Amino acid sequence: MRVNITVNGRPQQADDVWEGESLLYVLRERLGLPGSKNACEQGECGSCTVRLDGVPVCSCLVAAGQAEGREVVTVEGLADFAEERAGRGCAAGAPGACGTDPDTARRWQARPAPGSDAQLAPVQQAFIDAGAVQCGFCTPGLLVAADELLERTAEPSDADIREALSGNLCRCTGYEKILDAVRLAAARAAAPTAEQGA
Amino acid sequence: MDFLRPATWDEALAAKAEHPSAVPLAGGTDVMVEINFDHRRPAYLLDLGRIRDLEEWETGERTVRLGASVPYTRIMENLRAELPGLALAAHTVASPQIRNRGGVGGNLGTASPAGDAHPALLASGAEVEAESVRGRRMIPIDDFYRGVKRNALEPDELIRAVHIPKATGPQQFSKVGTRNAMVIAVCAFGLALHPDTRTVRTGIGSAAPTPVRATAAEEFLTAALDEAGLWESGGPLPPSLAREFGQLAAGACNPIDDVRGSAAYRRHAVGVMARRTLGWTWESYRGQERSAQCA
Repeated sequence: MRVNITVNGRPQQADDVWEGESLLYVLRERLGLPGSKNACEQGECGSCTVRLDGVPVCSCLVAAGQAEGREVVTVEGLADFAEERAGRGCAAGAPGACGTDPDTARRWQARPAPGSDAQLAPVQQAFIDAGAVQCGFCTPGLLVAADELLERTAEPSDADIREALSGNLCRCTGYEKILDAVRLAAARAAAPTAEQGA
Repeated sequence: MDFLRPATWDEALAAKAEHPSAVPLAGGTDVMVEINFDHRRPAYLLDLGRIRDLEEWETGERTVRLGASVPYTRIMENLRAELPGLALAAHTVASPQIRNRGGVGGNLGTASPAGDAHPALLASGAEVEAESVRGRRMIPIDDFYRGVKRNALEPDELIRAVHIPKATGPQQFSKVGTRNAMVIAVCAFGLALHPDTRTVRTGIGSAAPTPVRATAAEEFLTAALDEAGLWESGGPLPPSLAREFGQLAAGACNPIDDVRGSAAYRRHAVGVMARRTLGWTWESYRGQERSAQCA
């Protein structure tokens, strides 16, 4: 069957989708967006977390057909999504101009070439600065979940952070640096000028 | 496999009548796992995601009519006052991602003895609103669970809503697992005090082939509270009474040994949870009584 989904602000179409196929499979294998990771396929690990109409979900548990006509944000679109939310983005632009097109996303490198203007969402920068990334497999899901927490709760308590990330497993870091990263992103959002001055 | 996407409830009923083997799909948190792991290859998937009124609830005078697909997150956030037992249980379901998708209709459809909503539904005395093209019927929760992952639905029926009496007294939910999140219950216990009828109801999860009530424990406690005039006096609960209640609740279990826990452990833990939840709810009831008398 054919499935139409708006992914990271751009209308996308996938053909020959099997009826039992997950949204995660469509994103990774049909739309060329491998940022959302495939690990447990049973909603235990959170590494496939995406926003579905704004709500964080495990994309491995959403049937592709259920996402028909809906909006998905993946880690590939997180920077644009955060920028748009901050009111600096391309919200006023023409439809389709917003978001990251798949060709650009496919060319993305783990380490952008020197001089590239690759932008990160604040929560992504905080993960790097806090050393919250080790093998990196859980990172996309954690970023999407953490970003949604900070959107909802500007000054999250430690309990808020732990609960918001309780569905995302990390086997490397022991979580402490991940918690640090979320605290850092929240603190930077609360005092953006102080950070710039530092 | 065919993917059926009814836009309305009537279309969904017609599709289910035409294809009784169709598997209803809402949050997908059970069904998609089975498909991902090739444990299940239904001929038809019946996606209920476009039927928006399944995600709505109505608060009436005596009951809440909870749409089958209302996500656990909404229950936690919006129905804590009316349905405290279910809201507490909803908060223990898996993770935020799962709570954003899963709902009580799916828990009932799957009818796993470990489903987190069941103890609260049993303790509050809910009714399941089931419908087919032949008509609508209300199934009392006590008659709903028929075996391991079997329920009272006919092949052409779908769950539209659950009617849950609004709390008239304190309710509690307790669950044993290895951590607070992402846990399938080793066992669970729900308790509701019903001061309006001077009764107590319970629900046990994951300690028998189906979710069950601890009827002997309920009857014992109801009689004991009545005899000692404790509903009126709001007096403290004698420890011997709480102990006996716990023992009777443990006796209502018919558990198995499995990877999550042994039968003996489950029986013991249900007894402990019954005693503790009784303590919590009774103290809360006494607090309410005292403040009512002071007012």
